[in-house]
Amino acid sequence: MHNILRKIKPHFEEGGRLHTLYPAYDAFETFLFVPNHTSNRGTHIKDSVDLKRTMVLVIIALLPCLLFGMWNTGYQYHSQLTSGMDGYQEVYSIFDHFLFGLWKVLPLIIVSYVVGLGIEFAFAVQRKHQVNEGYLVTGMLIPLTMPIDVPLWMLALSVIFAVVIGKEVFGGTGMNIVNPALTARAFIFFAYPTKMSGDKVWVHSADSIDGISGETALGQLASLVNVNPLNTEVINKSKEFLGDGLYSLSNSFFGIIPGSIGETSVIAILIGALILLFTGIGSFRIMASMFVGGLSMAYIFNWVAPDTNLFMSLDPLHQLCIGSFLFGMVFMATDPVSAAQTNRGKIIYGFLCGVLSIMIRVFNPAYPEGVMVAILFMNIMAPLIDHYVVQANINRRLKRIKVNE
Amino acid sequence: MDIKLSKGADIKIKGIADRVYANIPQSDFCALKPTDFHLLTPKLQVKVGDRVDAGDVVFYDKNCDAIKFTSPVSGVVHDIVRGEKRKILEIIISADQEIKYKNFEKRDLASLDRQSIIDDLLVSGLWPLIRQRPFATIANPQDMPKSIFISGFDSSPLAPDNDFVFHGDTDLFQLGLDIVTQLTDGTTHLNLDGNSNAAKVFNNAKGVQINHIYGPHPAGNVGVQIHHIDPINKGDVVWYLAPQDIVSIARFFRDAKYDRSRIVVLSGSMVKKPRYCRVMQGMSISNMIQDNLIEGDKRFISGNVLTGTRIQKDGYLGFYDFQLSIIPEGNYSEFFGWLLPGFSKYSLSRTFFSWLSSTKEYDLDSNTHGEERAYVVTGQYESYMPIDVFPVQLIKAILIEDIELMEHLGIYEVDSEDFALCEFACTSKIPVQSIIRRGLDLIKKECS
Repeated sequence: MHNILRKIKPHFEEGGRLHTLYPAYDAFETFLFVPNHTSNRGTHIKDSVDLKRTMVLVIIALLPCLLFGMWNTGYQYHSQLTSGMDGYQEVYSIFDHFLFGLWKVLPLIIVSYVVGLGIEFAFAVQRKHQVNEGYLVTGMLIPLTMPIDVPLWMLALSVIFAVVIGKEVFGGTGMNIVNPALTARAFIFFAYPTKMSGDKVWVHSADSIDGISGETALGQLASLVNVNPLNTEVINKSKEFLGDGLYSLSNSFFGIIPGSIGETSVIAILIGALILLFTGIGSFRIMASMFVGGLSMAYIFNWVAPDTNLFMSLDPLHQLCIGSFLFGMVFMATDPVSAAQTNRGKIIYGFLCGVLSIMIRVFNPAYPEGVMVAILFMNIMAPLIDHYVVQANINRRLKRIKVNE
Repeated sequence: MDIKLSKGADIKIKGIADRVYANIPQSDFCALKPTDFHLLTPKLQVKVGDRVDAGDVVFYDKNCDAIKFTSPVSGVVHDIVRGEKRKILEIIISADQEIKYKNFEKRDLASLDRQSIIDDLLVSGLWPLIRQRPFATIANPQDMPKSIFISGFDSSPLAPDNDFVFHGDTDLFQLGLDIVTQLTDGTTHLNLDGNSNAAKVFNNAKGVQINHIYGPHPAGNVGVQIHHIDPINKGDVVWYLAPQDIVSIARFFRDAKYDRSRIVVLSGSMVKKPRYCRVMQGMSISNMIQDNLIEGDKRFISGNVLTGTRIQKDGYLGFYDFQLSIIPEGNYSEFFGWLLPGFSKYSLSRTFFSWLSSTKEYDLDSNTHGEERAYVVTGQYESYMPIDVFPVQLIKAILIEDIELMEHLGIYEVDSEDFALCEFACTSKIPVQSIIRRGLDLIKKECS
């Protein structure tokens, strides 16, 4: 294998016919082999970790969400298809659910990677720099935040938008201001709202087959604002959040509810979070402070909730388990490039992410998922937070001079 | 004063030296390397074929004539190696078997004053041993430092154990301290490792303030110690020197001769028997390594593996180095190295399964383990930076050459060596140390 690479290498090097494609060759070679580079300046030894390793660990952390998402896709479809038909529920096995989901999700992932990496390679070749590994994670995150039936061309378009406008215009990996995966989701949300919201998109074929409801917990809750709490319909709806209802705490925790592909299962997200925290890749400061921020906001709402607003009076922990709050907290807010960079800044950033997520979610029922916008907003605010944290350091130093004088 | 540090890391690398001395015959060649001194423009005083005694001037500082660099051995100037733009890299002297020392004037030790000490140090060529912060350059003899720092221990990987090196040098060391303390009207600080027992020589030292530093590397870096004990503000100057150099100075004043023999540790996983040896400063390493190496491609480093200078197998020890590290050259490719579990891949993070065996020592080589990338993973540098300086923001200020911002962010308090661990740990393989050095050089040039 290595010999083949070595044989074709001269074509890509200085003076070779395909020299302009060198970044592409380089990306491929270093993908297969950690290169034989030795340090020429500075430290003579280096840590074994590199960006490829970091990114691949994030993907491993995402795998539980992905696998569960595939199963849940099949499960939601099959269970709604057979609901009300006694004896038919057992027709589909776990494998049927999973294979169905695999069949639906795989095209999304392939499109996301092919389109995104294609653009990355093109930019690398044009700018003559190496291909950065950042997109490996973005390319996995984008499909996981999408509803199952999103048309592939829309997905491709949002990937193009995210990579070009979200990242490359700023100079590529490491330079972007907002999280590219969220940029993709925001793009498709505002460009094609009918495919990204409402009660017809979160379960496969919900818009074409009658009887399949693609409503998410948040959508359901949004309809429980400013209502008469004694109305039977309202009572029935709110029952779905209790006991063994569709959106009960345990169902939300295990993730057996409709939603974006990767966001539903708290357990899968927690496994991912543990991997990220243990390896030190995900910031504990951001995750913890965002959780605290979200929880406190939810408690405050819970405390002041009027009888007519069942969204606000939802149990705070339950509030955090539904929607994409935890998924955003673990995989989106912690993106080191777009988050605050200073340690103290991270705590402030995370806390405000949490507060804003719940606030937008609850106060804007027409627009039931606040996490995406909250994190994007805080991405933009992060440099400002950092600025003040750094300024505090500068002031400490100036103060020391004054004390001495 | 006790300083407790939590940030930093001790790298678990194989090849630590036994506490044994090896007898090393003197090498035939010795070299002075002007590149050991930051921002120095050397002016040669000898040419090829000239005879020099130990203590004769070889070159001096073009910007400050008084600072002279003298030959540690007697012999004949063998070669002057030049690099790009005729920059002088090495002045090689072929050494006599028996060193002939130049006779300096003998002083009455009781009647020494500050100016006469400075004059003697300048004339003898010992002055360059005294360096200053900020900038980590040779001290300016006209300055009055607000304090002097001596780091009594070296916390870097495979560093010499001063408890062993200084066994029995009590009188000489105290004499050196008595001389050096007169160079400042402030305090002289002797900083000792709080984690282990320091040498008696240090504990009994008089006339200095003894501080204990607790914590992992870079606790032994003088920059870290200055920051916590007597921080540098803009305009301040602090001088510092290594404990073995205190002994060199003492020996000069006692014997009136330029004797630069020193104890150097030979360490690293490519050395058969890592141990200590007494050699002359600037000596070729060829005798030290003879018959004591393991087969394979090797990298020879004058200094430690984090901050040292790469030299050839017949190269010379640097002016400030007390250590020769020899590690395997990592010029191999690894199939899917970034994907494998990595039970034997050392990392400060827990991204490889090597965290399972956290006490094991590793045979680290010079492979970079990946290519340079854009800066992505935040929070990494901060965990290895025991100084209250924001490393990433400082690096960015240097890259955009904003001098005012660099000053505000504390560049006067740091040297590139304080960032060595950041560079080691960096996921994106960014050359942090050379960026810091670039910033320091830029300020020095702009402000002089």
